[in-house]
Amino acid sequence: MTNTIQPITKTFLALALLMLLLGLGLGVTAAHGYLYPDLWKNSAVGFSALRPMHVSSVLFWIILGATGCVYSGLWHKYGHLLSARLATVQLALWIIAIVWIFYNYLNNNFGGREYWEFNPWPALPIAISWLLFIINFIKVAKTIPQWPVYLWMWMTGLVFFLFTFIENYLWLFPYFREHFVTDMTIQWKANGSLVGSWNQLLYGTAIFLMEKISGDKKTAYSKLSFAMYFLGLFNLMFNWGHHVYTLPTDAYVRYVGYAVSMTEWIFFARIIYTWKQSVSSMQKHYHYFPYRFLMASELWVFINMGQAIIMSIPAFNLYTHGTHVTVAHAMGTTIGINSMILLAACFEFLDTRCYPAEGNKKWLNISFWGTQAALLIFWFSLNAAGIEKGLWQMGSTNTSFSTMMSGLSNWFLLFVYSGVALMITLGILAVVLLRNYVACNIKQRKQVTDKKEKTSTEIKFA
Amino acid sequence: MKIHPRHIFVVLCVLFLAYSFSIYTAPLRNTTELQQAASPAGEGRLVWQKYNCQSCHQLYGLGGYLGPDLTNLMSSPGKDSTYIHALLKSGNKQMPVFDLTDEELTRLLAFLRAADATGNGRPASYKTLWNGMIEQQHD
Repeated sequence: MTNTIQPITKTFLALALLMLLLGLGLGVTAAHGYLYPDLWKNSAVGFSALRPMHVSSVLFWIILGATGCVYSGLWHKYGHLLSARLATVQLALWIIAIVWIFYNYLNNNFGGREYWEFNPWPALPIAISWLLFIINFIKVAKTIPQWPVYLWMWMTGLVFFLFTFIENYLWLFPYFREHFVTDMTIQWKANGSLVGSWNQLLYGTAIFLMEKISGDKKTAYSKLSFAMYFLGLFNLMFNWGHHVYTLPTDAYVRYVGYAVSMTEWIFFARIIYTWKQSVSSMQKHYHYFPYRFLMASELWVFINMGQAIIMSIPAFNLYTHGTHVTVAHAMGTTIGINSMILLAACFEFLDTRCYPAEGNKKWLNISFWGTQAALLIFWFSLNAAGIEKGLWQMGSTNTSFSTMMSGLSNWFLLFVYSGVALMITLGILAVVLLRNYVACNIKQRKQVTDKKEKTSTEIKFA
Repeated sequence: MKIHPRHIFVVLCVLFLAYSFSIYTAPLRNTTELQQAASPAGEGRLVWQKYNCQSCHQLYGLGGYLGPDLTNLMSSPGKDSTYIHALLKSGNKQMPVFDLTDEELTRLLAFLRAADATGNGRPASYKTLWNGMIEQQHD
């Protein structure tokens, strides 16, 4: 199939991997703020600049990676219908936005909110590029009579990302930001649904990859898959209320969030029910890297969903809300679930022939298991710190905030050093994938161009 | 009639839009919040964002983790505007120095006062109901 969109889909993935490397470095640097609170605090790279830089880098790793995954999946099945021009403009807009955002951060020019802490202007190229993505998707999707479930999930992720991204900026209107409680409610409504949107893009990718690896074409059309998809969509739309239990918002918002969050027990029960099946297929495909990452993501779904359900019960939420347990959950999901699916996709979609995984098997194995072990320690240390803080905020001791924080220093030490281990192990995986990308797409292309030039010169001289 | 995924999707989307609309219009139904709305507080929210206060601080437990929650800062004993002004000018162990103009400081204080007036952000004072839900208790 000849279509110039394929190199662009790979460039999205490569750019995402670069953002991952940047996010890991910035995360480890920012985490040192917990050990040495006065570190560079009055400089341009103090904690208040490092934190948003880390969050944005990791967010871009997930969003750009998800974009690369959806494009790669579409290319594999319906490649000739995609517009390479639209995708190129989309990529260019992303690059402009990223450079603009980091320039703002480095000049301490903030003005945004959690997740999008930059001055609102660079949000414009991101929104336009997303619109182009939707147009490109529709170009393909409208020609397909019966959609597999992953196409529904991708469509949902695309539409709801744009909706929540715009909703995130309602504070620009005075009516919204002048009503404190409503403003906070909308902020966390948008943030909750935004995470649900990129989860739809990534879980859709995981189902696509499973289909590709196992050759099972039926699952993506089964009633059970669609039932799970709609349950996920229902949660994306209505479960965000669990973020604002403590906020004095209308009671129905909290009750809807509580009730809908409890439907996640169904997902949880399903994971346990299909566990045996997952283990047997893992044994079958263990040698295969993408599959191994997908299995790891499934284990992290189990751990994080269990935690999420407990945290969604308001009486427990009171102990975890505003503590590092919330951070542990965010890290567990973004690294354990989102990043594992993205790495599986990168191993599948990026050409791994030029810098073969076989040759690096030892390092990849160490990095894979190192990542899982480091993440477990990282997750545990944050939970331990969070539980201590939770007990403090519920009044178990009468100490000040700074005394309580000093008491958590051992957990923070563990958190920072397991973070360093994560940076190394995930970094190795990202570097191997990027070397592959460079070897296959840049060096090889250059060799082909050189060869062509040489041949044409030879012809001229002949 | 056979139910197509499209039908379920459309029904859910309509419900979602109706729910979103009810959230957006909450201040129009809730007279207390409507009365609390204030322009300086809204402008103060922009100062909070400009200096990225949420990177370290929380409001109702939402935000960063390096500094304390500031929901009820303004009504805390000894934490008046003079104290906040001094803290911003000189910083402390982990808090950097912030060079706010007088106008920005006034707006930020108005925002913190408005946040404080909305309720009690101390988790220890919440009441747990029989069904597991929590409820704010006013001091």
